[in-house]
Amino acid sequence: MATIKLDNIKKSFGKTDVIHGVDIDIEDGEFIVIVGPSGCGKSTLLRMVAGLETVTSGEILIDGVQVNGVEPMDRDIAMVFQNYALYPHMSVEENMAYGLKIAKTPKAEITERVAEAARMLQLEPYLKRKPRELSGGQRQRVAMGRAIVRKPKVFLFDEPLSNLDAKLRVQMRLEIKELQSRLGITALYVTHDQVEAMTLADRMVVMNAGEADQIGAPLEVYSNPQTEFVAGFIGSPATNFLDASTIPNAPASAARIGIRPEHITLAPAGQGRLSGEVIFTEALGAETLVHLRLSGGTETFTIRQDGALPLPAPGDAVAVDWEDDAMMAFSEGGRRV
Amino acid sequence: MEKRVTFKGWLLPMCLLMPQIIITAVFFFYPAGQAIYQSLFIPDPFGLSMQWVGLGNFEYLLGDSYYRASFVTTAVFSILVTVTSMGFALYLAVLADRLIKGSGIYRTLLIWPYAVAPAVAGVLWLFMFNTRVGVVSWYLGLLGYDWNHVLNEAEAMGLVVVASSWGRVSYNFLFFLAGLQAIPKSVIEAAAIDGARFWTRFRTIVFPLLSPTTFFLLVVNIVYAFFETFGVIHTITSGGPQQATTILVYKVFSDGFVSQDLGSSAAQSVILLVIVGALTIVQFKFIERRVHY
Repeated sequence: MATIKLDNIKKSFGKTDVIHGVDIDIEDGEFIVIVGPSGCGKSTLLRMVAGLETVTSGEILIDGVQVNGVEPMDRDIAMVFQNYALYPHMSVEENMAYGLKIAKTPKAEITERVAEAARMLQLEPYLKRKPRELSGGQRQRVAMGRAIVRKPKVFLFDEPLSNLDAKLRVQMRLEIKELQSRLGITALYVTHDQVEAMTLADRMVVMNAGEADQIGAPLEVYSNPQTEFVAGFIGSPATNFLDASTIPNAPASAARIGIRPEHITLAPAGQGRLSGEVIFTEALGAETLVHLRLSGGTETFTIRQDGALPLPAPGDAVAVDWEDDAMMAFSEGGRRV
Repeated sequence: MEKRVTFKGWLLPMCLLMPQIIITAVFFFYPAGQAIYQSLFIPDPFGLSMQWVGLGNFEYLLGDSYYRASFVTTAVFSILVTVTSMGFALYLAVLADRLIKGSGIYRTLLIWPYAVAPAVAGVLWLFMFNTRVGVVSWYLGLLGYDWNHVLNEAEAMGLVVVASSWGRVSYNFLFFLAGLQAIPKSVIEAAAIDGARFWTRFRTIVFPLLSPTTFFLLVVNIVYAFFETFGVIHTITSGGPQQATTILVYKVFSDGFVSQDLGSSAAQSVILLVIVGALTIVQFKFIERRVHY
């Protein structure tokens, strides 16, 4: 159990700057998810905390101790990799015991801890098997088990679920969350999947091109995004953005306006704030997505409405309306105003 | 599923296969058959007649202390060549694998010796260690060591081992490097996080994962040391001094073509044929189940 502090962390590979100064304070036992698109530097950030990448400038503190120059093995962390990184020539049992053996833990204690982790992860029937004899989900559990048995101060997860199929991903997501809160170990979790970020995080860090755009509780980030990027990245379907000039009574200081699809309603043609034409609709059952092209524009505009409402047909002329406070105003530079 | 091409007749497939079959027959089956045939006879000194002796040549060989000594020489020689060339290659491959900058240059330079023909390599090393003009033996002389592989059996063996291993390091290096690069980086990183330092990681993770490569190279290098080092030995020591570097293949040559004892030479070829066959079986048997983990 530990606190982690990242203080103005920067990273460059040669002349390319990939992380431009990130500050994060993580409390003891907190589950922090770093989310962002490919290439935003989220994995690099995690690898710096692990000690697998050097820090170009700034400080990483674990429990108040600066660890910039400390080897991975001396940081008391455990990491779960995207491809699990199991030792292919060792059985499940040996995989989990490896770190403890190197630490010269007494044999009896190793057996006990491995058994406990296996019980927790329902791996007991597979202890003698090699990784190649396991399914993807089981391998994932072994990787988790290897992290658990060491009882580290910090768990690091590098997109651990992205190699699993959709159903298993949901199940493992729940298990990871449950396990982490039971063990109370501080966790840093990297993903590009916003659903994972929303459901797992105590607080999430949204990364964009090497910067932490926003740090906060998932719902707060969703309802109150601080930048245009965050508003566009978090939420599916994505937020609609319009030039402020095209919108009647938009806030004066705004350059762009973002409106979430669920905050827009269809209105009969001629009414509402803007008019447009229905391109196509996606009826998902509980909800329906209506895609429009606004009059005088080329961009599409998405509305999410209740599945019980009548479905417009492609080609229908319609109008759209929203409440004033549904408008999220952003400056020219993409900051919230 | 693999897609199979099926031919209607037999003429076209036969034509397509013929070149390979003819080459194999002319250059492999025919000489091998000749060797087996000749091993059962003793020809007269002028090659005009042959006398049937059955397994007499083999009986004589197995009772010949020189031939048995040659077996020991071959074993010592091939173990030394295999261990030297593989050990050195593995060391270089581990270093090259860690390089980030300039690894291309290192790799290219390390691969070059493989392109040098064994006989040429032999001459190169012979010049360097020449007892009169060799640069290495001169330096050794400065250090007070009197190098003379022409008279000293251990030194002769050492020199042919070094000369035979040198070009082989390149070949082994390539395979080891490829093997090292096939190990996922994250597995090494996971071990580092688990607390394993470099040597522990090498011993418990890297080396076991390299075992298929290592085993393959082991067999290939033994076969090399047995059969393909003829050029090196011929140019450096001609099997001497006192037969100290006469390995089995060299004895086939010297007994047959120098001493003109064709019957015995043929019998030795047959014995070598059996050995290489056995090695090939071992190789196939184990390489088939390449994945040891």
